Amino acid sequence: MKQVITGNSGPKVRSDIEVILELRTSGGIELEVRSKVKTMYGRAIDLQCRQLLDYFGIKNAMLAVNDTGALPFVIAARMEAAVKALDAASGKSFIPEMIPENRYSSMRERLRFSRLYLPGNNPQMFLNAGLHSPDGVILDLEDSVAPDKKDEARILVRNALCQVNFYGAERMIRINQGERGLEDLEALIPFNVHLVLIPKCEDAETVRTVDEKIRQIKKNHSQEGTVFLMPIVESAKGIENAFEIASASTSVVAIAIGLEDYTADLGVQRTKEGRESLYARTRLVVASKAAGIQPIDSVFSDVGDMEGLLENVRSSKALGFEGMGCIHPRQIAVIREGFSPAPDEIDRAGKIMLAYRKAREKGLGVVALGTKMIDPPVVARAEKTIDLAVRLGLLPENWSEEMAKE
Amino acid sequence: MKMVENTAGRMVPDEINGNMAVPFKGVGKHRPEGRKYAPPIPTCSDYPEDNNKVVASLREALELCGLHDGMTISTHHHLRDGDLISNQVFAIASEKGIKDLIWLPSASFPCNDPVIEYLENGTLNRIEGSMNGPLGMFVSEGRMKGMAVLRSHGGRVQAIQDGEVKIDIAILSAPTADAFGNAKGTGGPSATGVLGYAKADYLYADKVIVVTDNLVDLPCFPMEIEGNYVDYVVVVDKIGIPEKIVSGTTQITKSPDRLLIAELTALFLEKSGLMHDGATMQAGAGGTSLAIAVYVHEMLKKKGWKFRFGFGGSTKYMVKMLEEGQMGYILDAQAFDLDAVKSVEHNPNHVPYSVFNAYNYHSKGNLTTMMDIMILGATEIDTGFNGNVVTHSDGLLLHGIGGWQNCLHARNVIIPVPLFRDRIPVIVDRVTTLCGPGEMIDVIVTERGIAINPRRQDLIDSVKGKGLPLVTIEELKETAERICGKPEKAAFDDRVVAAIKWVDGTVIDAVRKVKK
Repeated sequence: MKQVITGNSGPKVRSDIEVILELRTSGGIELEVRSKVKTMYGRAIDLQCRQLLDYFGIKNAMLAVNDTGALPFVIAARMEAAVKALDAASGKSFIPEMIPENRYSSMRERLRFSRLYLPGNNPQMFLNAGLHSPDGVILDLEDSVAPDKKDEARILVRNALCQVNFYGAERMIRINQGERGLEDLEALIPFNVHLVLIPKCEDAETVRTVDEKIRQIKKNHSQEGTVFLMPIVESAKGIENAFEIASASTSVVAIAIGLEDYTADLGVQRTKEGRESLYARTRLVVASKAAGIQPIDSVFSDVGDMEGLLENVRSSKALGFEGMGCIHPRQIAVIREGFSPAPDEIDRAGKIMLAYRKAREKGLGVVALGTKMIDPPVVARAEKTIDLAVRLGLLPENWSEEMAKE
Repeated sequence: MKMVENTAGRMVPDEINGNMAVPFKGVGKHRPEGRKYAPPIPTCSDYPEDNNKVVASLREALELCGLHDGMTISTHHHLRDGDLISNQVFAIASEKGIKDLIWLPSASFPCNDPVIEYLENGTLNRIEGSMNGPLGMFVSEGRMKGMAVLRSHGGRVQAIQDGEVKIDIAILSAPTADAFGNAKGTGGPSATGVLGYAKADYLYADKVIVVTDNLVDLPCFPMEIEGNYVDYVVVVDKIGIPEKIVSGTTQITKSPDRLLIAELTALFLEKSGLMHDGATMQAGAGGTSLAIAVYVHEMLKKKGWKFRFGFGGSTKYMVKMLEEGQMGYILDAQAFDLDAVKSVEHNPNHVPYSVFNAYNYHSKGNLTTMMDIMILGATEIDTGFNGNVVTHSDGLLLHGIGGWQNCLHARNVIIPVPLFRDRIPVIVDRVTTLCGPGEMIDVIVTERGIAINPRRQDLIDSVKGKGLPLVTIEELKETAERICGKPEKAAFDDRVVAAIKWVDGTVIDAVRKVKK
């Protein structure tokens, strides 16, 4: 009989469960539970496994599980994946309850400074991801998942969307390319996905296909609301089409650049200074601004180098980027700090705004700060800085009164 | 032996290995009586006039000490996982066919697992001390003949001083010693930096053997062990494996989740006002504690503040505070890494400080009550703030108490822990084994919120409205159970395999044999 194995095992694996399942024609359920937490949860695991087999209508099977402290949503995902790998699910899925904390929505204009990548088949990293306060979490089905684990990752991610509290972070998924990506949408869109990242996007058509697919799924499930899109441009062709991609649909709220693939496409080395990608990055920024969306920079891959990261974020911000991917939770705070307006920047912007308002009250056409004339674009920029500072809690709502007192 | 309920509501034996035991009566309630224990009076006339006490081998020294059945043998744990001496003692005893010894280490390490053989063949009756890994498992499975007795570092010296345990032979490994028996922790190939756990042993043992791999001419100075208490000196090739004695370098945790807990802890210390110029602090050498030390150091630098002193186990992070001027002194019972070993040798403000002088509850004062900030760990905390450090939720005995119980006497006890480890909740309704009463534990910091003991209204008031994620301990427990599911309790047999002593020698809880 065919035997399947799902889940991860090995000396370094934690919070996961390896499921070995073989269907039989008779003999009932033979179940062996091995678990690091057997004393506390051995019976609960045994019961959950039997209930799931029963749910899928499986009466005869050999099931062995090797548990390293998996939570119930992980156990359910690994079991379902095993049953589906044997084509024995009779078209059923076991959808866990959506916890009430996960029913929040997102907004087009929310900040997207940091978004934390979570490899989609690695449940250990899911649970505390939101506690590190990233602006978004990305449950990744694409490059971080091995090809033969794609199906089980999709089920695991679905269960995580239902059961894992991401504490207010924007709930993002990165789908696969092509047909598999559309299947990813089918499986996951109904579970309050806020934003979909479209990898290796090269043209507007891809964006529209994804957008249309999502609309269909939403309609089929009688769900309202927009799922936002963030295409990732990772090739020369994608860069050339940046503006079309950025303006392909009103659902597109941001566009990101993936520099590993982009530099590979150019046939050059990726360097820390990034001279080889300067054109692509500035082109992407201009295209995004022209389309009225957020330009997002590539991840910084040396997770041990926080100073290098901060420098990178600052140069990124100077180019016009409004966010960056993270591959480690420790990068989140650094990225936020880097993209946030600095104290002297806020101070200056506040003074400009006060001077501007004063001039308006007096009916003056010209705004001056000290002996310096201030042009309208400078005022506009100052206003943006102040708005951002207020949104980030760096300035109180009544900042103008506070500042006028000084 | 019968089981009686102590004031903490735990069933404990009234007799341990044939000796009467006093059940825990409450913090500060038990009053000791009588006089301290004293070893027999020696005479100079029994020792060589040239004071050369060196004998040919450990075996000869043990024979000269009159090693025989039923004796209590003590060792310290300064060689940690690099200890090459303790196991040898029992190997020698086993060869000689000696039975029923009692081993009283100040702690045991994985390198001591081979003593299981001597527990099995009857050379050893029992271990009274911390047990980790396979040794802990051996005891939990009920395979040790005698009952284990777990004491804190302070409880161990209290028991020695009060005569609850009488050490027949203390075998004290020393990185440097002279032929008279003066010894210290610095110098030589196996430097430990400090010998803070050896004092009670050499003061109260009938016989004292110093074992060294670095014999120097008298005087070995500054001596932490005084030669006039020492019977024999043994010189060996190696007392320990240096890289296992101290870590080359202790490392702060790399786990983002633990760093988050460390950050939250530091934030709590700042917002509550517990951090101030002239405060005192103690934190362990675990990865989370070290991360807290790093955050705290930054805070001190930013504010221009200085800790009056810190109490070791010392690490390079404390040494950095000392050297950069954010800590007045390090008082040190043990050095954890090479930077700390170097510092204690060269920096006069890095002072060896025995646990006997710091932790002994039956003494005229206790250093821990002077500590403003105490950072500790735990395997479990319950909704009454009671703490467990010796067993896991599965009931297996897997850690020693260390200085934990003694440190609970600090002014503010803060325990940073994850809310659950893998699927196992750390915050539970009732701790599996009670090691410290809830009235002494003030703050629990988890990644999902900070719970302050309701008995500490002052601390609650100090952080109110300051943006910290405050929750109740019940909320923490419920959150853990909601995520992990409600854990089942471990099942035990009736047989008591270990007694847990409180700092005053009373019995606070008992550990039973786990059911297979």
